[in-house]
Amino acid sequence: MKKVGNHTSISRIIMFCLAFSLSFSLSVFAQDAAPADAAAAPADAAGADAGAGDPAKGKELFNTLCAACHKLDAKATGPALRNVAEKHDREWLYSWIKNSSAMIKAGDPVAVKLFNENNQAVMTPFPQLSNQDIDNILAYTSQPAEVPTIAPTTGGSPVAADNGINNVLILGALVLVLVVLIVMLALVNKTLKRVAAANGIEVEKPESSVSLWQAYAKNQFLVLVTAILLLLSASYFLYGYLMQIGVDQGYEPIQPIHFSHKIHAGDNGIDCKYCHSSARVSKHSGIPSLNVCMNCHKNIAEFQGDKDSTYVEYSKEFYTAEIQKLYDAVGWDKSTQTYTGKQKPVKWVRIHNLPDFVYFNHAQHVSVAGVECQTCHGPVETFEIMKQHSSLTMGWCINCHRETDVKIEGNAYYEKIHDELAKKYGVTKLTAANMGGTECGKCHY
Amino acid sequence: MASNKKYWQSVEELKENSSIVETLRNNEFVEEIPTDEFLGNKEALSSSATSRRDFLKYVGFSTAAASLAACEGPVIKSIPYVVQPEEIIPGVADYYATTMADGFDFANIVVKTREGRPIKVENNYLAGGKIRPNARVYASVLSLYDSMRLKEPMVKGKPASWEEVDAEVKKSLDQAAASGGQVVLLTGTLASPATEKLIAEFGARYANFKHVIYDAVSSSAALDAFQSVYGERALADYDFSKSDLIVSVGADILGDWQGGGCDTGYAEGRIPKNGKMSKHIQMEANMSLSGANADKRIPMTVTEQKYALVELYNAITGSSVSTPAFAAKAEVAKAAQQLKSAGSRGVVVTGLDDTDAQLLVLAINNALQSAAFNPAGARLVRKGDAKAVAQLINDMRAGSVHTLITSGVNPMYTLADSAAFADGLKKVKMSVAFTMKEDETATLTTIAAAAPHYLESWGDVSIAKGYYSIIQPTIRPLFKTRQLQDSLLAWMGNSQSFYDYLKATAPAYAAGKTWNQLVHDGVAVAETIAPAVANGADFSGAASKLAQAKKAGELELVLYTKTGMGDGQQANNPWLQEFPDPITRVSWDNYLTVSRADADRLGLENYNVANGGLNGSCVTIEVNGKKLEKVPVIIQPGQAKGTVGLAFGYGRKEAMKPEMVVGVNAYTLYNNFNTVQPAKITKESGDHEFACIQLQKTLMGRGDIIKETTLKDYNTKDAAEWNEVPVVSLDHKEVPAATVDLWESFDRTVGHHFNLSVDLNACTGCGACVIACHAENNVPVVGKSEVRRSRDMHWLRIDRYYSSEDTFAGDVETKEAANGLFDSIETFREMEDPAENPQVAFQPVFCQHCNHAPCETVCPVAATSHGRQGQNHMAYNRCVGTRYCANNCPYKVRRFNWFLYSKNEEFDYHMNDDLGRMVLNPDVNVRSRGVMEKCSFCIQMTQATILNAKREGRPVRKDEFYTACSEACGSGAMVFGDINNQEDTVAQLQESDRMYHLLEHIGTKPNVFYHVKVRNT
Repeated sequence: MKKVGNHTSISRIIMFCLAFSLSFSLSVFAQDAAPADAAAAPADAAGADAGAGDPAKGKELFNTLCAACHKLDAKATGPALRNVAEKHDREWLYSWIKNSSAMIKAGDPVAVKLFNENNQAVMTPFPQLSNQDIDNILAYTSQPAEVPTIAPTTGGSPVAADNGINNVLILGALVLVLVVLIVMLALVNKTLKRVAAANGIEVEKPESSVSLWQAYAKNQFLVLVTAILLLLSASYFLYGYLMQIGVDQGYEPIQPIHFSHKIHAGDNGIDCKYCHSSARVSKHSGIPSLNVCMNCHKNIAEFQGDKDSTYVEYSKEFYTAEIQKLYDAVGWDKSTQTYTGKQKPVKWVRIHNLPDFVYFNHAQHVSVAGVECQTCHGPVETFEIMKQHSSLTMGWCINCHRETDVKIEGNAYYEKIHDELAKKYGVTKLTAANMGGTECGKCHY
Repeated sequence: MASNKKYWQSVEELKENSSIVETLRNNEFVEEIPTDEFLGNKEALSSSATSRRDFLKYVGFSTAAASLAACEGPVIKSIPYVVQPEEIIPGVADYYATTMADGFDFANIVVKTREGRPIKVENNYLAGGKIRPNARVYASVLSLYDSMRLKEPMVKGKPASWEEVDAEVKKSLDQAAASGGQVVLLTGTLASPATEKLIAEFGARYANFKHVIYDAVSSSAALDAFQSVYGERALADYDFSKSDLIVSVGADILGDWQGGGCDTGYAEGRIPKNGKMSKHIQMEANMSLSGANADKRIPMTVTEQKYALVELYNAITGSSVSTPAFAAKAEVAKAAQQLKSAGSRGVVVTGLDDTDAQLLVLAINNALQSAAFNPAGARLVRKGDAKAVAQLINDMRAGSVHTLITSGVNPMYTLADSAAFADGLKKVKMSVAFTMKEDETATLTTIAAAAPHYLESWGDVSIAKGYYSIIQPTIRPLFKTRQLQDSLLAWMGNSQSFYDYLKATAPAYAAGKTWNQLVHDGVAVAETIAPAVANGADFSGAASKLAQAKKAGELELVLYTKTGMGDGQQANNPWLQEFPDPITRVSWDNYLTVSRADADRLGLENYNVANGGLNGSCVTIEVNGKKLEKVPVIIQPGQAKGTVGLAFGYGRKEAMKPEMVVGVNAYTLYNNFNTVQPAKITKESGDHEFACIQLQKTLMGRGDIIKETTLKDYNTKDAAEWNEVPVVSLDHKEVPAATVDLWESFDRTVGHHFNLSVDLNACTGCGACVIACHAENNVPVVGKSEVRRSRDMHWLRIDRYYSSEDTFAGDVETKEAANGLFDSIETFREMEDPAENPQVAFQPVFCQHCNHAPCETVCPVAATSHGRQGQNHMAYNRCVGTRYCANNCPYKVRRFNWFLYSKNEEFDYHMNDDLGRMVLNPDVNVRSRGVMEKCSFCIQMTQATILNAKREGRPVRKDEFYTACSEACGSGAMVFGDINNQEDTVAQLQESDRMYHLLEHIGTKPNVFYHVKVRNT
């Protein structure tokens, strides 16, 4: 007897569709991989007029001595230096670099003009440089600018957009194919039935017996057990749901400026307390005011990470644009290197929100107890986007207070009290809880 | 078998075929229920798309949606500074020394600021701090954030810019200079050398310039007397710590007499040292704070006080000016003898608005060579000239005043004859009022110039000769305000700012301090002061004039300033409105204080209604034909017969929140700047509802609550006799109560153990601590009707008790003497009434932080628990509001939040607007509805002190711990500290034989202790 099982055919269709779609997507990724970079290597054509300088040595000198105030292509504290050798006489440059202020004093018109153009910032004199050194530097500055390579800017977003369009097309095609298949199947089924009717073959109908559901419903024990199980699991999930209300672990809001802790604290290794300085003395760790950012960003106007560095999640342009947001907020004009006075405060989204009725003091934990920032805030130096690492629940606090020994060494405050308490409890180490760190009133007032 | 009885409801049922019975039988209700009325149009209802079922669906859905939405946390923004000022670290308080000077209150203070906003006033304890802050000065920080402040200058009622104001005023000043019209500057007492110099320079430009100084509550008589003797318009300074006998004739030396601030020296002399303490005799009409603290208080009418002064004068100088007979003559003679024997250790003061009386005092003190009397270091905080003000009003009405500039005064409210002033104002061409409010005067002047609060201003003050203090801003001006001084400079065409002007002027007074040091300290003291030279005056003439004084009118109305309200400048300050008067314990009102005898005669009464609220009769006061209606009456024990009292500062109407418009304006009766007025009183119908927070007036002979003794007993008898240790019965044997315990005690010898000491001898009941506590702990203001329901939220209250007999000791005797049930009932009923001239005692009560706290054991959710540092903790977030703890507290110090008091339209006080909330202390939680709260021993402050020590890696220093109340206590009555640190003052105080615990016999073992009050009778 022949049986027609519909479900097998359906699964086949699905399998087929999957295979079909995979073949499409494979080709898509192949296309992506195709335009490999092979970007033009920096043309090493040293300019003829650069004298006998060695650009490689010059680069080294430039980076150690000049880069603090000068950039090749952008104005920093001092002017951009690309092709500076063409702008001035070579002898003039020698004497300027060796002692610029003497020239200004002497009243050299070019020197005075330059001095005034650059906010009268005095350039450090470099008498230690020989003319050959200066030639080397000038050779480096006379190198043609790198041709901006377009290919490596395959960051996240543009490609993702291309894929999106493709995916829509593929999905549309797939849906079409599926519809066609279903129609075909229906037609085949209909034809077969007609053929069967014509040939007098009887298609067997499924036997009508007591359904599983009815059998289950009749078994009171099973019903009871299921009900209990359902109730238990429901209350488990309900409890879990209720317990996470107000707990924002993993809260990762979009900030007005994309600030990467990974770049600052991770790759550049800036100490947390350089920016969050009030954590040492205040209850608040403090979001750094923008003048703190400007301590470094006066000179760092663009993202300078290499493509082989670890942060490739965003494009160079993206990061540079974020730095520009900082400049807009603080009112810094990059081109003139001056503050415009037009400020607009940044409205950060606060991530760690303790309720009003909890008193928490950073200084107590950071300065006195010497707790690492990471203990509560997690490996912030790896966070591209800042998030709440810990649950910040009371249980979490108390647990730490019970387990953590008080840092007593070298703190005269603890000397007497420690001796007495150690005697009382018969221990050498004291936890924060031993010191009364789990009393209600220590945090709630 | 069923009964055949027929029950009937009305006679009607007995009638057969009664239609009524029939109707009633068939209808469920007697009348048709008017469903149409509330269901409206039936057709519209049935045709409505929303069926009842749909409606319920909507309700259900929206409830569910709302509760789900509530689970989402809000997005909180954090906005850091763009450029952070160097001195500000978010979360760390900054302190600035400055000076309060509003023409009435002067004090050297330190202001605590957080994130650039002032949140609390504190004492400036540096040497040179002349006047310690009182309750009003503590509350003044809230007046900075008054939402009713004038936010920009107004010209003819319309907002304008300062340029427009300058143009208008300059034009007017030029016109005045051209026409020779008067230019008058009307200010309160400035006591500011720099401002006075500036005004002189400004005035020199106009031929006809006058600077009139006007004190709302005048000391003109005392100034006149001092001027005639010492040639300078100032007031003698008194240091009561140098005196063994203080005789005060109508001077409220612990109140606002001569600018206040005498309580520090006074309290110093009141603490018995080496068996000695000062003796204080007070002769007065109203029951004042000074009278309440006096060892002997003699109630007298003002006329009698004048006679008494003459008697004292006779005794000390050997004159013989005869006085008429008066009731207390014998007692005055006794006081005069004591004064004579005290010699230079005695002092006499008076507060009478009478030049002759003031002259006599100067004569007496000079004759005594009183050590406390210091005319050389004269006070400069009152300079008002009543005659000049009267002259000004005459000039204004005559039309000879061209331009009038007022600053910091509100004559339309504070003048008795404000109508005359209003009349004169109409004839003034240009009037400018520098004011913080669009008050009664500013609404009538041409220009209302928005003036900054003193916490936004620069300035200097010389409180007394040789004392110099700086006013520095602690916040940028909140509104478009400009100081008078800056405006004067602008109008003079001087581009200098007043800051620069001040900086140039200050070195002359800075006693060698640099400008930075001066601003840092806030004060400078000159090393030498020129001695005062007394000229002769006709003292005996003054004495004989005084002896001829006659009582005028039916009753003497004695006007006074209340501890909480002063002259009424801060009437829109909810902290001060809710501050209970130390004597009457009434908040949110002023009232006529009447003696029991006069009240009985006039049929006036006070009574408590069922909810505990106090009601009082109302009267109309008539002074020289001028009537003040609907004045509520308080029957005041100790009020001299034939006198009544009424406080200034109430009844203001302009620029006030509606809740604050309370009381009646006593200034309308303040004729000729004399606080004593002949009055006639008639009872009105209707009663007034008071908000009084203490119903129990007497101690009922419970001498163990406020323990008292006399100096004689204290010196001669054993401490066990006058500071009896309470005993309980254990195994039928009497043992000291403190030795019996239900619980095992914790070991409290390790770490800190906080205790607070209250010396009942030094406590004057001034209430500065109450307001300081308010400011530090974000205590809400609940309003008059809630206070009336005993729902006040003060964490710290100062109980005031009267004796029922003449003395508290007498009460104890009476109680002991009661014999048998009926006698006891009768005795106790009588003891509820205070005596005619009772002894008074103050006792600050707050959470006693019991080591065995009854509240902790009854909390079902362990919301209140004990810390090992002695504090009784209260976790608000844990509290579910059963109020068991409050019921079980023997001291009744727990306060329940019956409502949400912040951001609630129903409680429209400072916590309901953004501006007012700026005063909140960010270290202390704002409690929500349904939560119990109480004194925390300022745990945020002790924690901060500990943290500072830990960060600096050092032990906590001696006396480094303090609470808001102990910090605010200018008289040194409250001392806070760690008793485990033997160096701390509190540890030594605990060892004192005067130390006792409140209700020691119940075994709560409190961490607050009191010191037995010693009276020098």
